[in-house]
Amino acid sequence: MARIRIRNEWLERHQFSLRVIVVGSVGLVLMLAVVARLFYLQIVSHQHYVTLAEGNRLRTEPVMPPRGLIYDRNGVLLAENRPSYELDITPEQVPDLKTTLAALGKIVDIRPQDLKQFDDLLKTKKPFQPLPIRTNLSDTEVARFAVNRQDFPGVDIRATLSRYYPLGAVTAHVIGYTGIISQDELAKLDPEQYISTSQVGKIGIEGAYESLLHGSVGIRQVETDAQGRVVRIVSRTAPVPGKNLYLSLDARLQEAAEKALGDNSGAVVAIDPRSGEVLALVSTPSFDPNLFVGGISPADFARLNSDPMQPLFNRALRGQYPPGSTIKPFLALAALNYKVVEPFKNLMCPGYLYVPPNPHPYRDWKAGGHGEIDLPNAITQSCDVYFYTVAMKLGIDRIHQYLTTQLGFGEPSGIDLMGERDGVVPSPLWKRQTQHQPWYLGDLVIIGIGQGYLLVTPLQLADGVAAISMRGQRYVPHLLHAIGDPLSGAITDTQLHALPPVEESYAGAWNIVVQAMKNVVATWQGTAHSIGIGAKYSIAGKTGTAQVYRKRLGVFGEESEADIPKALRDNALFIAFAPVNDPRIAVAVEVDHGGGGGATAAPIARAVMDEYLLHEINPAPKPP
Amino acid sequence: MMFSIFAPAPPRGDVSLGEQVLHRLHLDGQLLLALVILALAGLAILYGASNQDAGLVYRQAVRVAVSFVVLLVVAQISPQVLRLWSPWLFALGLLLLLFTLHSGHIGRGAQRWLSLGVVRIQPSEIMKVAVPMMVAWYLHDRPLPPNWKQLFPLAAMIFIPVLLVAIEPDLGTALLILSAGAFGVFLAGLRWRVILLIALALAITTPIVWHFMHGYQRERLLSFLDPQRDPLGAGYHIIQSQIAIGSGGVFGKGWLHGSQSQLDFLPESSTDFIYAVLGEQFGFIGAIVLLAIYGFIIARSLLIALRAQDTYSRLLAGALSMALFTYVFINSGMVSGILPVVGVPLPLVSYGGSSLVTLMAGFGMLMSIHSHRKLLAT
Repeated sequence: MARIRIRNEWLERHQFSLRVIVVGSVGLVLMLAVVARLFYLQIVSHQHYVTLAEGNRLRTEPVMPPRGLIYDRNGVLLAENRPSYELDITPEQVPDLKTTLAALGKIVDIRPQDLKQFDDLLKTKKPFQPLPIRTNLSDTEVARFAVNRQDFPGVDIRATLSRYYPLGAVTAHVIGYTGIISQDELAKLDPEQYISTSQVGKIGIEGAYESLLHGSVGIRQVETDAQGRVVRIVSRTAPVPGKNLYLSLDARLQEAAEKALGDNSGAVVAIDPRSGEVLALVSTPSFDPNLFVGGISPADFARLNSDPMQPLFNRALRGQYPPGSTIKPFLALAALNYKVVEPFKNLMCPGYLYVPPNPHPYRDWKAGGHGEIDLPNAITQSCDVYFYTVAMKLGIDRIHQYLTTQLGFGEPSGIDLMGERDGVVPSPLWKRQTQHQPWYLGDLVIIGIGQGYLLVTPLQLADGVAAISMRGQRYVPHLLHAIGDPLSGAITDTQLHALPPVEESYAGAWNIVVQAMKNVVATWQGTAHSIGIGAKYSIAGKTGTAQVYRKRLGVFGEESEADIPKALRDNALFIAFAPVNDPRIAVAVEVDHGGGGGATAAPIARAVMDEYLLHEINPAPKPP
Repeated sequence: MMFSIFAPAPPRGDVSLGEQVLHRLHLDGQLLLALVILALAGLAILYGASNQDAGLVYRQAVRVAVSFVVLLVVAQISPQVLRLWSPWLFALGLLLLLFTLHSGHIGRGAQRWLSLGVVRIQPSEIMKVAVPMMVAWYLHDRPLPPNWKQLFPLAAMIFIPVLLVAIEPDLGTALLILSAGAFGVFLAGLRWRVILLIALALAITTPIVWHFMHGYQRERLLSFLDPQRDPLGAGYHIIQSQIAIGSGGVFGKGWLHGSQSQLDFLPESSTDFIYAVLGEQFGFIGAIVLLAIYGFIIARSLLIALRAQDTYSRLLAGALSMALFTYVFINSGMVSGILPVVGVPLPLVSYGGSSLVTLMAGFGMLMSIHSHRKLLAT
């Protein structure tokens, strides 16, 4: 039986009201739950979410400091930063790296070594860091990429600064170059400072003063959107630019020396003897350092590296040559110091010297000999017999002692460039250790004429002749004259490093040697008298001709120089300073296989001294 | 006039001209004022959420204006007429829903739209009002509370449309339709033991529902439970939205300021997640004020339901009020991370047109119920 229900309007209304109160209350509780949640998010955990939001939008990016500029003593720019365009890939934002690189290769020129460098970077850097795939884009390449930009997400053009050497090959062996940081270099550098730097000074001034030139990295905080695009720059700690370097080098002199050397391979080092400041340091043939900036191509490197003339070899710094007769003034100083000779007492030079038990004579360069000759004339005419005798009278220990401790041979000069070689001043100990042979008298005799085991670098020769010009006062040779702070404009001169004066116990020794060297140029018997003609200042010099090959005796006497192949010809050397009584420049010239020092090397020294002394613009370095 | 939800209905004589006009137009002044404030605030928030897209805000303003016209028109229809139309509207809605599933437009992976010549409509939106109307219509001339036998037709008229919408799939709208119908039945006085039984049945069927859920729906549920599970995928919305709200603090970062919304970290910032934009730009204060406006509107609507004079009006008004509550609670709950992410817009604030029209039609009905009362003492 169905139950009949009767409507009760009041009861229904009452019931409804109760239900409304129920849903209303439950609704209120639920809304309060939302409010409580908002309270938790916005008030309790506010800081936490602020941090998260900041992390979302803010990214800290390093800003590369501009590298310091390098000037010569007259304010000529030797190394500058040029705006260039770099193509960067942010690996994280690239959907498919392989296809992107392939497609990119059709628009811009991507060489195999670019890919290799990029792969190397890919392994060390984080995927959100933009990595360069190409540097120094041409204008055409920039335009081509700009048109197709939308096809390359994660690839961007970045305006950057790249190193440029206006004088190119002329200063390459002094300034050096920058190049892509290698793995080994990266391990030695401060990773924080180099986070945005891709280039580092490799050799030369660039390498030696890397820490000054680099500067300090800056930081900028950028706001990015959800896609990682930079919306605006929030804050910026400007990078501290690298220090500008003012070198003592004279670009004109550098150019003049290179021109004077011509097609010869060789080296010229010019020093201001009053301070040790290097005025010119040339090694020929040279190379274009700009090839190395941003990474040299393997083809270019192979070409330079396999060139028989060895353009990458810095002869001024690393070339070790027998000094030949240029050693004679130094030995004369030693002989006078140790009082083993009387300078004005004649010695008979018959053109040869027998040193028992050797049955063969030690010959003089001048057939028939110089006759009766004293010390000054032995220097002026470069008498070999006289200096064989001097060497024997001194003995190897005193020669070694004097040349190394007093004149700086056999050890690095301490110039502010890397890779300088020591040269060799032999001693019985040295011979035993390196040649595993005892010391012979014959080894000693030929040291008198700068042959045998004795090896010097052109820089050491220049350093030595500078000491003679200053009558014994020595300075460490250096290139850095002053450091400029690009922010404050302040320029700080570097300290001179004076060395203890050369020990010389014979009162008139300096005058005797200097006068003798002056006569090398000034008198007709002098071995370099040809360069004295027409000189507007007084010159003191000494020639050297170092044998690299023992000439054979033929039917008509000795072979003439012209008959032997160039690679076997003598090295020509010349050391000089001027003016004699107020020295402002000391020069050492070395010409590989140049033949006679007086004929080949001396005119080069004259050209360099002319350029410096006759066209001197600024006596002291002056920044622009 | 005291601005209070407990203000008395306008008496016949001695009233201001404004109140007379409102009464003539069958409008409730307090509800209308609150809706206008909400709509204007919504447009301002939208401007800040859309990266100052004036065109977008203009389009939305036009829609808001149109929806207010709909409100005005619906308010003129007396509850008796609404009641008579109820089964027909429900039937029409059901037909369109079936038709949509058969040949509707696919938008964002779901078949929701039906093109009718020039206008495109979402039949599921019709059901948002048609289902509570139908429930109220069915219970109108039956003694309350509903008995067991009546429960089955009621269940059918709620769950058929809900299921049809859910398989479109549009979980959010299905949930809103369900809540509107269920609130109708609940307010009709459904016995507590029945409710308990239904709750038990739900607990049992949940794993089965899980089985039939779409992959993305499951993902949403899972990522709600643990947003860090997939921070760049399904959990991204929740995390970014909480960062936006939390970083807003007490006073917010200021209108048009806010890195989360301005820099596109917050997805769907103009639509479903616009409440997070409010939280970021106006802070705790702004979020609470907006909730208070909704609270006022819901309370006012419930008051209208309490004062309604017949069962149909009462149930419809109550169901519509609580449907609005469901909207607001689900949206603010999901944006603040206490509910899973379901596609429910924030009424009158989120960008979008079709839900706006049904929403304002519902408020039109509320106003009609309020203003068509017979003026005799009970």
